[in-house]
Amino acid sequence: MADEITLEVARYRPELESEPVMESFQVPLREHWAVLDGLTYVKDQLDGTLSFRWSCRMGICGSCGMTVNGEPQLSCATFLTDYAPGPVRVEPLRNFPVIRDLVIDIDDFMTKLPEVKPWIIRDVHSPVEEGEYLQTPQELDEYQQFSMCINCMLCYSACPVYSLEPDFIGPAAIALAQRYNLDSRDEGAEERRAVLSSPEGIWACTFVGECSAACPKGVDPAGAIQRYKLTAATRSIKDLLMPRSRR
Amino acid sequence: MSTYQRPLALFWWLERRSYLLFVLRELSAVFVAWFVVYLLLLVNAVSDGAASYQEFLDWSGRRWVVAVNVLAMLFVLLHAITWFGLAPRAMVIRVRGRRLPPVQVVAAHYLAWLVLSAVVAWLVLR
Amino acid sequence: MSFHDVVVIGGGGAGLRAAIAVAETNPALRVAVISKVYPMRSHTVSAEGGAAAVAADDDTLDEHAYDTVSGSDWLCDQDAVEAFVAEAPRELLRLEHWGCPWSRQPDGRIAVRAFGGMKNRRTWFAADRTGFHLLHTLFQTALSYSDIVRYDEWYVTKILVDDGRAYGVVAIELSTGRIETITAGAVIVCTGGCGRVYPFTTNANIKTGDGMALAYRAGAALKDMEFVQYHPTGLPFTGILITEAARAEGGWLLNKDGYRYLQDYDLGTPSPTPVLRSMELGPRDRLSQAFVHELDKGRTIDTPYGPIVNLDLRHLGAKLIDAKLPFVRELCSKYQNIDPVKELVPVRPVVHYMMGGIHTGIRGETSLEGLYAAGEVACVSINGANRLGSNSLPECLVFGNRAGRAAAVHAGRYRHAVPPAIEAQGRDEVRRLTEDLTRHSEGHERIADIRTEMQATMENGAGIYRDGDSLAKAAEQLEELRSRYTHAAIDDHSTRFNTELIALLELGFMLDVAESIIACAHRREESRGAHQRTDFPARDDERFLAHSLVRRQPDGTSRVTYLPVTITRWPPGERVYGR
Ligand SMILES: Cc1cc2nc3c(=O)[nH]c(=O)nc-3n(C[C@H](O)[C@H](O)[C@H](O)COP(=O)(O)OP(=O)(O)OC[C@H]3O[C@@H](n4cnc5c(N)ncnc54)[C@H](O)[C@@H]3O)c2cc1C
Ligand code: SF4
Ligand code: FES
Repeated sequence: MADEITLEVARYRPELESEPVMESFQVPLREHWAVLDGLTYVKDQLDGTLSFRWSCRMGICGSCGMTVNGEPQLSCATFLTDYAPGPVRVEPLRNFPVIRDLVIDIDDFMTKLPEVKPWIIRDVHSPVEEGEYLQTPQELDEYQQFSMCINCMLCYSACPVYSLEPDFIGPAAIALAQRYNLDSRDEGAEERRAVLSSPEGIWACTFVGECSAACPKGVDPAGAIQRYKLTAATRSIKDLLMPRSRR
Repeated sequence: MSTYQRPLALFWWLERRSYLLFVLRELSAVFVAWFVVYLLLLVNAVSDGAASYQEFLDWSGRRWVVAVNVLAMLFVLLHAITWFGLAPRAMVIRVRGRRLPPVQVVAAHYLAWLVLSAVVAWLVLR
Repeated sequence: MSFHDVVVIGGGGAGLRAAIAVAETNPALRVAVISKVYPMRSHTVSAEGGAAAVAADDDTLDEHAYDTVSGSDWLCDQDAVEAFVAEAPRELLRLEHWGCPWSRQPDGRIAVRAFGGMKNRRTWFAADRTGFHLLHTLFQTALSYSDIVRYDEWYVTKILVDDGRAYGVVAIELSTGRIETITAGAVIVCTGGCGRVYPFTTNANIKTGDGMALAYRAGAALKDMEFVQYHPTGLPFTGILITEAARAEGGWLLNKDGYRYLQDYDLGTPSPTPVLRSMELGPRDRLSQAFVHELDKGRTIDTPYGPIVNLDLRHLGAKLIDAKLPFVRELCSKYQNIDPVKELVPVRPVVHYMMGGIHTGIRGETSLEGLYAAGEVACVSINGANRLGSNSLPECLVFGNRAGRAAAVHAGRYRHAVPPAIEAQGRDEVRRLTEDLTRHSEGHERIADIRTEMQATMENGAGIYRDGDSLAKAAEQLEELRSRYTHAAIDDHSTRFNTELIALLELGFMLDVAESIIACAHRREESRGAHQRTDFPARDDERFLAHSLVRRQPDGTSRVTYLPVTITRWPPGERVYGR
């Protein structure tokens, strides 16, 4: 095994460049080294000005999403040896404005998220003293997959609909809405409906499926969207046939 | 704060198979629409009497119309097949508490298609 | 300059809980959460194993309290522990009501699992991603409170204090470099731990002890800083944690000969199924110490990433592992290329948790008026000399809530005008930061080099075992590093997302924290819990049944004093495990 590998890293320093340029760095190629370890090596030893986000380095905080050799990846869970002999191309996640180097602006997602009301909504909140709301393992299983989202934004980066239609609420936000809709403790499906069934909601999605392929946590946002389409469609038909029935 | 927004490449949809498929499927809508128009023309021709119907048939036999129809059929097939492929993601069916495996959901869809086609064929060919 | 009634620094478990508590206590108050990362990226997200609170019918609050007290080697404050065990179940239930996907029993009630040092099953869990679910539940719930204002990716550099009272903070917005003075009626510090002071840690990159140093510089006392927890099972290269739940579910620790070595260290006798408070379910301090003894006896295995022992999960089977420990399997396969269903997992002790922190009372109040602290950054203390696994998530909730309520009351009552001295301090801080950005560029020291040396100093000087000499040497080295720090170079002069400037500020905070750890460890001439002095191997209740308090002197040096431990019902006794 060669003992070095080349990282080609996208640099964008608004004070210096009007658009990103690629810069190459030689980093050690070692077993267990993630792409992220390569980048921290660059920052610590070669060029302190390289900017990128990271924290947990164990694939759970969702900070370190980047485009590695064209694919959206968590850089802490993508290993240099898998790209040997290199070079490895590291760019910011696509479909987001770039703030600097590998740092993207996710404000758009952060504003959309509360719109789908990702929290438990109930007509009556029983007091904590009465104990837990019962939920069987099967009921938990209904939504568990959709609760695994780490907000890493890889799905948005992979989604061509989001790139063409920036108003699209997007895979993760819809999956999170579904996570609550399917939770046996929640009664808020009706409140989330207007946003989810809007043109910027599920109907913008034409099932490319790339979001689910990109998701590092097996959330299957595409599946969540499809499921909700069926729910929304049945719901509309019901409303049409029985306009006066509620819920 | 000024940020950099990567422009969309003209041929972005060739970057991945799934993107190409996505664009093709979007395109299939045009052909579905074409079939609707075609059907309307047919109904119109039938209601105008035998001569008009014959004229329609002749027109349909033209090479370019056949070509368009074959192409349209391919696109509609693509649409149907990808649509069926999605079915298990949209429908979670439980039988006695167990989630039905995706293959079975897909199989059920194809079966339904087959049965419907058979009924139509029987109606037409009878 | 902007004003909020309450400013919470930190958006982890403790910070978000505190913010919600403020919003619930007094909806008229304006509360802000300032966090250097988006809240859902906070380190709480990595917690795996679970959260302890009495739930089962055959368990009692007293037993939870006793486990905690004995686990702490009697260094906790028992009034705090009693409050903690009493409120923990409520807090976890509240989280359940907010949607946390706790694992369940077949009848739909909460499931609990065993955990190290606990006599009964009382650890609530959401598979082995408890912290992740807890944090996202809190974050998403906090989104429903429109009066909670967030400063995401803002870095706090200073707590503003005048005449013994906190008035707010100075913070930098990372994306723009804007520096702002944010004043407040009350400030709550919830910035988490400081594992990054050591070279090998389970802690995320952001855990640089900022809050401890911020409070210390502002004049508040830090408490029990010498008590640093080593977790016995980290993956050798990355330091990624293999949760204690792996042992609670029945995992074994094996040395090089395949022998369950814990039986040699007064931790009980091996049995095929896990026994509570025994063997692999002993407390973390004792297990990590046993590793060092095995190492001395030459019974560990050498690897390129240091000596290891093995964690054996194979006998648990794929089904149990996938149901209860899916994340362990994912982490092993991704980061170690092994499958725990079929292979042994290499592990070694790893710095994990800071028992010490900002000295607070049971309402989260610090020694400065208007300044509160909660979570890992604080030391109430319920953890004493050794924290029990799964006690810290509920600690974040219980004391986050308490601090939030106390701060809300305080902020609602005192609406002081901001004294001119504070405005001046804010301006000075802006000047200092601007200078940092430029002046250091003439330096010649790399930040990473100083950091690496500091980490090595801490590992060698104040590791699992320490002694007077190693500590004295560490103190000297830190002093030298401190002077080198003033020459640290920064290449990055941009105002835009300048992570190098942040790394520089973090290093400064870490040096303060490191010094306070060494100072406390040096003065404590006894061995207790996680603080093991080879030159003073016994516990000494006569002299040291007391908290260390360390304060910064006007000349920048530190001064350690002692504060008696509060004992309510459990007089100091012997810590017995496996017998
Ligand atoms: C791998 C791992 C597993 C664990 N597992 C368990 C477990 O199973 N059970 C258990 O009980 N405990 C566990 N713990 C311990 C527990 O997770 C932590 O003690 C707890 O999560 C700390 O929460 P916190 O809210 O105090 O801090 P954190 O979650 O660390 O949050 C700190 C916050 O402060 C902010 N911040 C810090 N500095 C600044 C600054 N200068 N300016 C602005 N913002 C700042 C950060 O952005 C962040 O939002 C585990 C710990 C680790 C490392
Ligand atoms: S759905 Fe998956 S890819 Fe999308 S943000 Fe969540 S974890 Fe990331
Ligand atoms: S650093 Fe946390 S997901 Fe990669």
